[in-house]
Amino acid sequence: MADNKEKENAVYEYSDSGHGYENRQEIYYNDNVGGRAVFVDSKEQYEADEPYNDEVYLPEKDRGKAPILQVNGLGIDFGGLTAVDNFNLTLGRTEIGGLIGPNGAGKTTIFNMLTKVYEPTRGDIIFDGKSTKGMSTVDINKAGMARTFQNIRLFDKLTVEENIKVALHHTTNYGLIDGMLHTPKYRHEEFRIRKEAMKYLKIFGMTKTADYRAGSLPYGAQRRLEIMRALATKPKLLLLDEPAAGMNPSETAELMDTIKEIRDRFQIAVFLIEHDMSLVMGICEGIVVLNYGRTIAKGSASEIQSNPKVIEAYLGKSRGKMEEEKHENLEEALSKGRLASAPSGKPDAGKEAE
Amino acid sequence: MAERILKSVSVRALKGAKRGGQYRKEAMIAYGILIAGYILLQLGAATGIIGRNLQGQFVPICVYMALAISLNLVVGISGELSLGHAGFMAAGAFTGVVVTRVLEKSLSFAPARLIIALIAAALVAALAGFIIGIPILGLRGDYLAIVTLAFGEIIRNFMNVIYFGLNEKGHLVFSFNHAIDGIEDANRVITGPIGATGTTQIATFTGAMLLTAFTLFVVLNIKNSKQGRAIMAIRDNRIAGESIGLDVKKYKLMAFVVSAALAGMAGCMFGQNYSTLAPVKFNFNTSVLILVFVVLGGIGNIWGSMIAAALLTILPEALRQFSDYRMLTYAVVLIVVMICTYNPAIKARIGAVWSKINPFRKRSKDNSGSSGKKGKEAA
Ligand SMILES: Nc1ncnc2c1ncn2[C@@H]1O[C@H](COP(=O)(O)OP(=O)(O)OP(=O)(O)O)[C@@H](O)[C@H]1O
Ligand SMILES: [Mg+2]
Repeated sequence: MADNKEKENAVYEYSDSGHGYENRQEIYYNDNVGGRAVFVDSKEQYEADEPYNDEVYLPEKDRGKAPILQVNGLGIDFGGLTAVDNFNLTLGRTEIGGLIGPNGAGKTTIFNMLTKVYEPTRGDIIFDGKSTKGMSTVDINKAGMARTFQNIRLFDKLTVEENIKVALHHTTNYGLIDGMLHTPKYRHEEFRIRKEAMKYLKIFGMTKTADYRAGSLPYGAQRRLEIMRALATKPKLLLLDEPAAGMNPSETAELMDTIKEIRDRFQIAVFLIEHDMSLVMGICEGIVVLNYGRTIAKGSASEIQSNPKVIEAYLGKSRGKMEEEKHENLEEALSKGRLASAPSGKPDAGKEAE
Repeated sequence: MAERILKSVSVRALKGAKRGGQYRKEAMIAYGILIAGYILLQLGAATGIIGRNLQGQFVPICVYMALAISLNLVVGISGELSLGHAGFMAAGAFTGVVVTRVLEKSLSFAPARLIIALIAAALVAALAGFIIGIPILGLRGDYLAIVTLAFGEIIRNFMNVIYFGLNEKGHLVFSFNHAIDGIEDANRVITGPIGATGTTQIATFTGAMLLTAFTLFVVLNIKNSKQGRAIMAIRDNRIAGESIGLDVKKYKLMAFVVSAALAGMAGCMFGQNYSTLAPVKFNFNTSVLILVFVVLGGIGNIWGSMIAAALLTILPEALRQFSDYRMLTYAVVLIVVMICTYNPAIKARIGAVWSKINPFRKRSKDNSGSSGKKGKEAA
């Protein structure tokens, strides 16, 4: 029955957070700092000032190579509501990029547009040199983009190993007849992909869980399995929607290492949404800050951090809030999303985190 | 590196969820049931414990088991409700009747005729499944159920208006929507609403049992193959399935067509068990009956649906002595079984009692208690 309900509500499935625009507050960043970060007085001015898709946003090592992802003026309206507007991005071949912003900023919506779960209302997405116009979610994955979901979407009743094997689907070479009759070809291929699935499990140290049902894993392990599954489709770009949500600090620290390891080993780009600032600041080479569906800042971790207004008004506050919630009630914090929405009231919350 | 995290993953919390060797275990139970059933029924018939009436049910029991297994491919493995399974059964039954009648003179070896008929039935039913599946598999849940219901009825009604006969030369004559004039009764193969007549009954218990085993073999193999994984993945999470590049429509259609083909073969065997067979036999009630087997056996539980099919085919015969109250008793039994298998509280109690009296206690301990609980968590 739950299944049916899920289907009925398909339209709303992606508003994971379920918050509207009404309880958001305007934030303005007045300080102008040097470097690549752009902090502006208003979103309008920001739009006028931003140097779109400038190579300047690419990390040193990726300059000169064609970027894996280029997004120009991306926007989407839900009815009369503009969820994302004028989003621009250039992501290097092997860059780890971060997308941050308060709850309801439109981060997940951007992922959904990139993977064509939603068709953008405006703008272009150039993935690996090709426009994704007219592509479906399936085409996008075949083109080399894989993702994880904010609200974990595993194949719950399949085992951990099967979850990865199913992602190896397109590299498994046998037909329906082989599958029905378990021919030698079937056996040979199954043996091969079993070994390959184990290889992915090993990266995350989860070989021991191979035979367990995916739905029965603890939260953190489920998140890791989702990343493995995405990785098994051999993407050029990996999109991670809050990969550290529900993980404890030590798990998060390990996740950071793992993400870096994946990038180095497979030489792919990673674009991630995360509320855990330790992770974002720790591994992201370029960061985009989103609010009300509009970009309010772009730059490296230090550039984003170096703005005292940002720290106080946004990052600091959320850090404090995050710690608090972690201790109090992890469950509740998770369902709410860990970052408090926008910097409302309590100026001392920021200091608390320092 | 991450091995450390895993230590914090309590292994006890994971217990009961382990599914290693699940397919082998499932296959062993299912084939075991078939073999045990075959031996028991043969012995019962030989010693006269099982009466004539019930012996007449042997082929239908196998056929319904095969139907339950094949429907499980759609309902359990693909996760879609289908209410038109009897339609594919009908397509297979009448195809089989026509094929065996045509071959009767030229091919006297009955098993060979039966095998050719089975293949033809599978192809026709698969084609029907394909034609029906393409437009409807974009639909979901209840809508799909309603449309499959309608198509099942369309197939049956289509059978009401087709006429097949053999002319003097022994060639097949087909006519649509009107009786075949000039062909004597004995040479009529299918006569509209009267259905198939004059069929030589070549279905045997052993043959039907082998067909059930074949159906089981195919479905269990698919379940443990790349195709089956894709089908189950899409069932578990359609959006995630798309995100890893699985073509949802293709795999829904695949499950539907294979299931239809297997139902066609079962229908063919069914048709060869009766000298006359009217299309009305394949009405909505039959579709529901097959679905009841699947639901009673526990959706997705293949051997469960086999047992349900066997018991519910025997039960009405066994209840014959209660004549007037037969259907009432049948309904009451159904309701009781449903409550016992689907009410979590009652299920847990039965599970607790069972774990005490279970002779294979150690083995069942891993997955008895947890399966119900896990189901609830997932909901
Ligand atoms: N399908 C939809 N229909 C209508 N509104 C939607 C839909 N999907 C998202 N929205 C709205 O778009 C806005 C952005 O939502 P989104 O889920 O992208 O936020 P987010 O930045 O990912 O937030 P969080 O940090 O909580 O995950 C929200 O106001 C949400 O309600
Ligand atoms: Mg989100």
